[in-house]
Amino acid sequence: MSPNLRIAYRFLTAKKRAMFMSLSCTVLGVGLFIVTQATTSGFEQFFTKTILGINGAIRIEDKIQDTMRSMAAAGGGDSHFSRRDGVKYIEGVEEPQALMEAVRTFSNVRGVSAVVRGNVQITSAFKTEDAQVFGVRLEDHIRVSDLAEQITSGELEDYRQSPNGALVGRVLADRLQLAVGDSFVVATRGASRRVHVSAIFETGYREVDKTNVYLHLAEVRSLLKRPSGATYLQISLFDPGRAPEDAFRMEQVLRHSVKPWQEREKTWLAVFRALRISTGITVTVFTLIASLAMFNTLAMIVLEKTKDIAILRSMGYERRDITQVFLWQAGIVLAIGAVIGAIFGAAVTWLVGQVPLPINGIFKTDHFIVTWELNHYLAAIATAVVMVMVASLIPARRAARLEPGDIVRGTAQ
Amino acid sequence: MSALPPSPGAAGPAGTTLALRCRNLHRHLGQGEGRVHVLKGVSFEAERGQVYAIVGPSGCGKSTLLYLLGLLDRPDDGEIEINGRVMSNHDDWARTAARGEHIGFVFQFHFLMLEFTALENVLMPMRKLGRLSPEAMKARAASLLEAVGLGEKTHRLATQLSGGEQQRVAIARALANQPTILLADEPTGNLDVKNSNLVFELLTRLAKEQGQAVVLVTHNPEIAQRCDVIRRMRDGVFV
Repeated sequence: MSPNLRIAYRFLTAKKRAMFMSLSCTVLGVGLFIVTQATTSGFEQFFTKTILGINGAIRIEDKIQDTMRSMAAAGGGDSHFSRRDGVKYIEGVEEPQALMEAVRTFSNVRGVSAVVRGNVQITSAFKTEDAQVFGVRLEDHIRVSDLAEQITSGELEDYRQSPNGALVGRVLADRLQLAVGDSFVVATRGASRRVHVSAIFETGYREVDKTNVYLHLAEVRSLLKRPSGATYLQISLFDPGRAPEDAFRMEQVLRHSVKPWQEREKTWLAVFRALRISTGITVTVFTLIASLAMFNTLAMIVLEKTKDIAILRSMGYERRDITQVFLWQAGIVLAIGAVIGAIFGAAVTWLVGQVPLPINGIFKTDHFIVTWELNHYLAAIATAVVMVMVASLIPARRAARLEPGDIVRGTAQ
Repeated sequence: MSALPPSPGAAGPAGTTLALRCRNLHRHLGQGEGRVHVLKGVSFEAERGQVYAIVGPSGCGKSTLLYLLGLLDRPDDGEIEINGRVMSNHDDWARTAARGEHIGFVFQFHFLMLEFTALENVLMPMRKLGRLSPEAMKARAASLLEAVGLGEKTHRLATQLSGGEQQRVAIARALANQPTILLADEPTGNLDVKNSNLVFELLTRLAKEQGQAVVLVTHNPEIAQRCDVIRRMRDGVFV
């Protein structure tokens, strides 16, 4: 053990109450930092997972109109023109198969599914409800969504085997009093089909569970009288965090409107960002209190140890030794505080994760959601290190500046 | 109490080598209207193996001179030589290094570090200098404490020692790095007669054994009379 560390340790342990206070504040600062990070990002990540599980990471919809000729060529059929941000779009994807092939060449793409969507009315034996029907190829769609995991009753296999099978959202099924095996009528624009409930799914996102019905793609094409094309392509990525970059490149290459999930869900993400800033402020206050406690303890020790400082200086200890003695004290409190704070943070995070908290709206959960990330612990410790060491530097430098002659003469300031 | 065994790097027997010299030292203390010219051109020399007493009334500048000689303070003017090397104009680092290597201090109020044992207090300057191995440091510290009659109390905390014992630990600590100069500011000022005699005996005997120059500031005329040289100060000058 170095002489300076030895002296620091003794100085600190001699002031047990002050050390305990500093340590408690550091433990609280580190621990609460971890807890707030774990809870805030817990809900955000769960929301992100829910959204990606429903709508995928990227959606390709309307085609960008390049020239007057292409506009004229696209003039027939069900296509519509729209204009956003000075760019004209032709609604829908005209050649989904070709586009899907092109999309698959992007290295980050995990899966792509063509979706045909339409507004319908669903009539059960009990009542009629407005809904949205989604025509998908099941094998493609389960690669771009969590549909397989979202089934709460019935079997996906039954849907796979039955051309007139349907997957119905939990809220819609409840409203129509539909159970697995029940039949119902899907109607639009004078056309209708009788299908049966193969399975009921629940995403946790209420708007989706209230309106969405999945049918086989061929069935929806027939119902909506849309033999070709798709409303949009839904894409899943290996790394959803890269969606904006991939979307930008896809839009450049494929000449279609491509939206990453971050843009699609920017309202909710802004809410979570605000929440993160708010908890960040709280956390900063915690660590500020910890650093103030450390400052207070060290300033007190400097005042009480001026004679010891003079003795050390008279024995050949340099100014930097004195600085080190006081920084070591902060370092010891930090090291112990960081370890206990991390354990405390983990324990509280676990306890918070057990708290019952039913939420159903933008996601579904029955308990508080927390995340376990090493980064939270590293960030908490790094913040505490910076704050406490900065706060310790002032008393440490003050101690080093003391003139031994002034101290023994009794005139030290 | 036993004689101190010689250690590696120890100074030779008492000789006449000049350990300390100062010339024309001036020092002001205070600020503004309260500024006082405490030392007014003081010159002084100390040889190894000699014990010097600086005496004089309170406020005459004795302690101020001692702190200047010990490089704890800077003169406003004048020159201080430690073992032939002018140190008064050096930077803090060089002056601190010189203190650690060449100068030992004994203060009136002991100034032991209370959280440490007697042994650890004596080890403190040796650990900083780092000249000896840890085992050799411990052996030297133990023999120093033995020499000042505290061989049985090496592991006692400073707070568990009497005033006289604390001062003896301070002497052992001052001698730890085998300094050539020992400066003592009223070393017996806070002790009873018996302990005063004991501490003075120790200081002079150990210093002479090790060939050190001892400069002590004292108000005690009996102590001063037993020194080799007495220098009297008044109003910031030797008289």
